Amino acid sequence: MYFDTNEDHIMMRKMVRDFAEAEVAPGAEERDEKEEFPLELWKKCGELGLTGIVFPEEYGGVGADYTSYAITIEELSRVDASLGVTISAHTSLGSNPIYKFGTEEQKQKYLVPLATGEKMAAFGLTESMAGSDASATRTTAVKDGNEYVINGSKIFITNGYYADTYIVTAQMDKSKGHRGIAAFIVEKGTPGFSFGKKEKKMGIRSSATYELVFEDVRVPAENLLGEEGQGFKIALTTLDYGRIGIAAQALGIAQGAFDQALKYAKERVQFGKPISQFQAIQFKLADMETQITAARLMVYKACELATAGKPVSQAAAMAKVFAAEVANYVTKEAVQIFGGYGYTREYPVERMMRDAKITEIYEGTSEIQRVVIANNILKD
Amino acid sequence: MNIVVVIKQTFDTEAKIVLKDGQIDPTGVSLVINPYDEFAIEEALRIQKKFGGEVTVVSCGGPRSQEAIRTALAMGCDKGVQIDETALESVDEYVRAEVLAKAISQMPYDIILGGRIAVDDGSSQVAVRLAEALNIPSVSSVIKLEIENNVATATREIDGGTEIIEVPLPAVITAQKGLNEPRYPTMPGIMKAKKKELKVINPADLGVSGISAKMKVQNYSLPTPRQGGKKITGEPAEAVRELARLLREEAKVL
Repeated sequence: MYFDTNEDHIMMRKMVRDFAEAEVAPGAEERDEKEEFPLELWKKCGELGLTGIVFPEEYGGVGADYTSYAITIEELSRVDASLGVTISAHTSLGSNPIYKFGTEEQKQKYLVPLATGEKMAAFGLTESMAGSDASATRTTAVKDGNEYVINGSKIFITNGYYADTYIVTAQMDKSKGHRGIAAFIVEKGTPGFSFGKKEKKMGIRSSATYELVFEDVRVPAENLLGEEGQGFKIALTTLDYGRIGIAAQALGIAQGAFDQALKYAKERVQFGKPISQFQAIQFKLADMETQITAARLMVYKACELATAGKPVSQAAAMAKVFAAEVANYVTKEAVQIFGGYGYTREYPVERMMRDAKITEIYEGTSEIQRVVIANNILKD
Repeated sequence: MNIVVVIKQTFDTEAKIVLKDGQIDPTGVSLVINPYDEFAIEEALRIQKKFGGEVTVVSCGGPRSQEAIRTALAMGCDKGVQIDETALESVDEYVRAEVLAKAISQMPYDIILGGRIAVDDGSSQVAVRLAEALNIPSVSSVIKLEIENNVATATREIDGGTEIIEVPLPAVITAQKGLNEPRYPTMPGIMKAKKKELKVINPADLGVSGISAKMKVQNYSLPTPRQGGKKITGEPAEAVRELARLLREEAKVL
């Protein structure tokens, strides 16, 4: 284990960075302002092969490792965290459960078009009364002949409305608690499946966050993912891998803010010299770089475990909580280095500081990450 | 159609040039495919899409030039050839053109593409010399290229306008900005690139041993740093008089 990148990774990073700087960064401010979903960029990501990096070629993917995936999310998030989470949620939350738990038929039918970027995926787990406590799911599924009938609603669903394929968890037997939950593949356009409120958010404003509404939605029995009662396990496994994506997103936000702050500190003159020559600023930059480097090592370590097929739960949770806190710390310091300008929307660090906050909340709050880590170190 | 693209690995255009012991110091500098050569690669891939055949990318350079060749393979080129110039006694445009010509003459080619200039030394010589050495025509600074019945119709930039030239193939064409928009390598392309053939050729095996540069660099110097602007203050009439004086006496443009 070297937590390092190889020649392929270097080439991938350059490719994604060139794309991100030329085509993603220029409109990021405007998309944030208008809360506009980056649909065109999503299509380009598909053409570049960024929508199915970790899945094998036989399922439409690239067959690359998790480090390649993390580098991609990192580089996209470095200029636009909204596009970063769009790709991350599509890959880790929407597509990966089909890869991990789907039948061969489900993989051919659903995973292939997702991995190639022809279709987009989303993951419906959270409900108004089931956030950190995902077992409190109130959405129900009832078997009726050769179909399941789903009723209820999901909130805060990333890629909602735009996604074509949804993984949805629902309670089938309340008496069994979380062992009564099942997961289903639900297609957009299925009668009774509609979209409710679009959230107005503090950050990642150009990513889509919608409510999903299910009113007697009938899905064929073959769209059950895994087995009845396996839904909670599918959700937790999905989140374990998903956290690698969010950790990479947080890392990218931090790197983006740091790069901006470093450039500004060298250019901004006060008291007759660039502010980068003042130790107060130098120490900030030194601390930011140190924290980012530590976060990167943790993210790549989690990636290496995921690629090797080893348990990722603890490493992913540690990488996610650490990188999220680094992103929040670094973006706050970046705004501070920019001073008054950093507080305006003229410079991207303002957006980055707003974008960073969500990484401490979604796919498990920082508190839940600590629960996961503690459970791992205290088990047996 | 067999297409050959000659590329050069150059400093990133944003790299800071540092002289060390009178030489350009490459330490820590990120290297890229010469941007004009990217247009040539893109054009090669478009020609291949239309006519089929194989795209071979050739570069004369040190071990790091393999990164540039791999990137071209990731963009979609089929095969790569690195001519290891560290084995040469001395290198200049003449030497590069000669070894490239020797290497390329041993492979099938219908068209050879390159950039119109390399952004590092900016000599614009190698591709044209290569055409001379192979005894085939060349058209430089091409912004539009059409091929039909083994004839290339190339629109090239000339001072104040454009010129349309027809040449029979095989020919050397050098790409100017505007010819096309180079594609990015794709993720699957990067994964496949490492499985593609990349042949390393020792110039001695081409039968060009003993060749040495005709040109010797005497000295490198950095451009003088740009002076700050001058602000002329005072009454408008007086300021204009002062400006006219400076333009005449200091800038010598009037």
